[in-house]
Amino acid sequence: MSAHTYSIRRFTPERSTLGKLFARDSVVRRMDWLLLFAVALLCGIGTLLVYSATRNRTNLTHGDHYYFLIRHLMNAGIGLALAIGAMVIGHRRMRGLVPFLYAFSILGILAVLSPLGSTVNGAHSWIVIGGGFSIQPSEFVKVAIILGMAMVLSARVDAGDQKHPDHRTVLQALGIAVLPILIIMLMPDLGSIMVLASIILGVLLASGSSKRWVVGLIFAGIAGSLLVWKLGVLSKYQVDRFAAFANPALDPSGVGYNTSQARIAIGSGGLLGKGLFHGTQTTGQFVPEQQTDFVFSVAGEELGFVGAAFIILLVGVVLWRACAIARQATDLYGTIVAAGVVAWFAFQSFENIGMTLGIMPVAGIPLPFVSYGGSSMFANFVAIGLLQSVKMQRPMSA
Amino acid sequence: MSNIPDTGRNTRITIRLVILQVIVVSLLLTLGGRLWYLQIRNGQQYQQKAASNNTQQVVTPSVRGSIVDDRGVPLADNETRLVVSASRTDLLKQADDGQAVLTRLAGVLGMKPQDVMDKVRLCDAQTPRPCWNGSPYQPIPITDAATTQQALQIMERREDFPGITAEPTAVRRYASPNQANAAQVLGYLGPVTDQEVADSAKTSNPLLRSDQIGRSGLESAYDEQLRGKAGVTRYEVDNLGRVIGKAGDTPAVPGDTLVTSLDSRVQAVAERELDTAMKEARQTYDTITHENYKADSGAVVVMDNHSGRIIAMASAPTYNPNVWVGGISAKDYKALTDAKSNYPLLNRAIQGQSAPGSTFKVVSTSAAVNAGYDINGAYPCTQSMTIGDRVFKNFEGESFGDISLERALEVSCDTVFYGISYDQWQKDGGTDPKHPKDWFYKTAHQFGLGAKTGVDLPGEVTGRVPDRQWKKDFWDANKNYWCATAKAHKKDKNPPLGIAIAIENCPDGYVLRAGDSVNYAIGQGDTLVTPVQMARVYAALANGGTLYEPTLGKAVVSPDGKTITPIKPKVTGHLPDTPKTLAYINKALAGVITDGTAAWKFGGWPQDKIPLHAKTGTAEVAGKQTTSWLDTYTKDYTVVMTISQAGTGSGGAGTAIRRIYEAMYGITPDTPQIDPKKGLMPTPVATLPKVNPDGVVVPASYDVPLLVSPTGSHTADAGGPVPAALTPTRTERLLYGRKYAA
Repeated sequence: MSAHTYSIRRFTPERSTLGKLFARDSVVRRMDWLLLFAVALLCGIGTLLVYSATRNRTNLTHGDHYYFLIRHLMNAGIGLALAIGAMVIGHRRMRGLVPFLYAFSILGILAVLSPLGSTVNGAHSWIVIGGGFSIQPSEFVKVAIILGMAMVLSARVDAGDQKHPDHRTVLQALGIAVLPILIIMLMPDLGSIMVLASIILGVLLASGSSKRWVVGLIFAGIAGSLLVWKLGVLSKYQVDRFAAFANPALDPSGVGYNTSQARIAIGSGGLLGKGLFHGTQTTGQFVPEQQTDFVFSVAGEELGFVGAAFIILLVGVVLWRACAIARQATDLYGTIVAAGVVAWFAFQSFENIGMTLGIMPVAGIPLPFVSYGGSSMFANFVAIGLLQSVKMQRPMSA
Repeated sequence: MSNIPDTGRNTRITIRLVILQVIVVSLLLTLGGRLWYLQIRNGQQYQQKAASNNTQQVVTPSVRGSIVDDRGVPLADNETRLVVSASRTDLLKQADDGQAVLTRLAGVLGMKPQDVMDKVRLCDAQTPRPCWNGSPYQPIPITDAATTQQALQIMERREDFPGITAEPTAVRRYASPNQANAAQVLGYLGPVTDQEVADSAKTSNPLLRSDQIGRSGLESAYDEQLRGKAGVTRYEVDNLGRVIGKAGDTPAVPGDTLVTSLDSRVQAVAERELDTAMKEARQTYDTITHENYKADSGAVVVMDNHSGRIIAMASAPTYNPNVWVGGISAKDYKALTDAKSNYPLLNRAIQGQSAPGSTFKVVSTSAAVNAGYDINGAYPCTQSMTIGDRVFKNFEGESFGDISLERALEVSCDTVFYGISYDQWQKDGGTDPKHPKDWFYKTAHQFGLGAKTGVDLPGEVTGRVPDRQWKKDFWDANKNYWCATAKAHKKDKNPPLGIAIAIENCPDGYVLRAGDSVNYAIGQGDTLVTPVQMARVYAALANGGTLYEPTLGKAVVSPDGKTITPIKPKVTGHLPDTPKTLAYINKALAGVITDGTAAWKFGGWPQDKIPLHAKTGTAEVAGKQTTSWLDTYTKDYTVVMTISQAGTGSGGAGTAIRRIYEAMYGITPDTPQIDPKKGLMPTPVATLPKVNPDGVVVPASYDVPLLVSPTGSHTADAGGPVPAALTPTRTERLLYGRKYAA
């Protein structure tokens, strides 16, 4: 670093710090500000929604109305730092870190399976570290898999050895993904597996691998789900969630309660909503897990169609920017990383909002940047950092 | 490295990225569409669901309206008491169904554990009272008379008494002002049944499961007005039912106040005098049955002649209406309904019926005049009259020669009415009637007998006019039994009375016989009347012939006092008499006081200032002692008293009725001295009690103290030497028979 600084001092005229910041090729100029702005807005709205959903939940907040508000803001702050870190390191330089990152996340999910892990809402996917904090290592697996697969798939293409990744390369990449998926299946965390599957699909799609792999994987996924269903690998609560999705009236006070209450909350919001902090369903705590998985129901009830649609629009902006970054990336590695993030955010947002709207089965998946939850927030921000890094990268030849 | 294009991609990748974008856009559009469907398209439906989801109704019972007397003195109102109640739902959650808790509760309340458990069991066909007749989800009152000490014990040791609450509640109170009890007239409250809740669901004021409704008396007749409307507070609740806000508030509307024409002081006097008369009768020897009179039951009605309003109505035996408050105990209920109890719940003024005896002769007189018998004619009052092989005797075989109808009423000569009735029966065709005129029966109907008077109390009975139609209906209903009995005892030479009647009635029991007509004319036989019917008849004689619907309700006052709805007197008919006939009968009935059968009880009465009219009656009842009837009236009031198994009309009720009038007019007992200022009601109360701007009916403050006379003896009332006029000349006959002036 010091050598680099010297060279700038030597060959360029003296510039003020501000001037440096806004120079034509500076970080500030090359960053995707729209992406950051959309993310910031989502975080801001999320903070209000989490606060609205939790300020009366004394059994969760231990009497402190701001318990979740403060922690949510802290998470966002740490997330932002992680994003900057990821951006500064850069997705390319991170290649060297990928084996460590991968190993760490594998260790993390293994730790969950050890006595260190704990079960929340039927999913054994958490490590409680005290002070009201807990870690969900499967969130970081998402980042590790994107980077790992992108590295393997792009290496020989970016090196100019292949036009597209060959079958061997694809198999190697899938090998990277299979291990964590198998571990997560043992938890079992169905939601994470579904997100990982979409990430794999997105990554393979963007890598230019043979379409037989993409189509084949889709069928394999369907066949696998059927097999899992028939073999009874899923735990009861997961089967119940699907059964309730198929027919919410099955058991309105039990399994279907969550979805039907969320739907009542959203439906009763109408066009303009009942006003922030004025939702009867929210204030009355009729929707369980409203600050995490069902946070969108707060938006639907209190902000109405206008507010809820605005959130979808913001998610759309994030995905649009990520797609643009994937398109503009100077190498396949960057494209795959960006596309992997698109697949991740797109599926996770669709699944999360879809389940509160009753068009997707219930799975414990947070809404990116909006739901309360540290691990998810951190992983999301790292992804944003990676996107910014891809955006800012210059052609390798330069 | 240098052979890689600047864009870092080829066509396939570009296409793949477009596919990804298309997928992303379609997913987001799907979400947007679904959001629109839920929020805009079906928003209304979900808003309703959300509203019903998070609101809970809390019902505030309305305070029941008071029942006040004609001067605003409350006869029934509310007081705050500490009510201890048990929630069945909570008790059944406990391992032993709450037995331990109830036993502990019984200890605190000083009750028997079994009594407490009986109170919380649910009523069904097999369960005797006491049992809970209301909703099983509603707290069941155990006692409403908990002391502060007991309530504190329960509420401070909540953990020892799960499902038990003690809280102040407005409960009904029957205040018995001036010791006027009026139990049967006021009635009582009871919890609603599921059926009643369901039936009322669609009405404007549906019943709630927690409601108490009137089960008898005025409480029942005016239930709708008295009940008010329960308040409903709608609370927003969270998923655990905790209240988080108020959604709406419909305050409870208290019930209306019912102003009655009852006067608590006159009522108290009437009750006391009826009681005293019965006690005295029980001290009196009956020469016929050779034992003291039983005087088992009685009733008295005081009516305003000009409106049919009832000023006092008492029935004996009576009970304390407060036993119903807060649920009746097993012991109390048994005491009220047992066969041995002689049914104190019955209001004998409207539900007790017996033959009217000679008090019916005013009807017979009217019938005779209307049938064309000369009002100024002379009719033979012989010792007896023989029809066929039956001898119909005058009372105690007396004879007065040929006398006028007036005199026949005064001395209550039976044979005069036998003769006229028999003559009329023959004119109507005897046992083979051809278009009979049936004057005597027609007139009874015109006097309002044999039908309900329409008094504003539930459960009134009709009485009976045993006319040809009734005879036929009765025979139709019984002929099978009679004929079967007759057949079974064909060879019985000397059958007992019941079987003899069956044998006689089997072939032609529907025929109105001469004996029936003769007995009917003097108010004996199958005729049945109620005291309130007779009160109306005599009030009509007093007021010029107008039959009013007897009423207790005088006005309904809204809780804010702004709306006062008077209950107007209702004319239901007119006596079939000409003014001349009425004047004639009036004169005759005044004569009963001065020279007739009641004279021995009304010596010294200020007849010149307050003309009093009366007719005595002594009705014979098979297998029992005679029923005493005394029907009297002044210009303004009618007082009718009847006592079962108490001898003659004047002997049984004479003094009692005299005391009631004396109290009302302010007459010093047994003297002619009148001081209207001392009277409880020298003239009828024309105005309604004053209603304060806040809706409270102001009770009158009496400046006249209630005349207190020692109960249990009428003779003590006189206080001093018995006036000469009262000195018995023929002791035996005065006490057990009638006084006939020479």
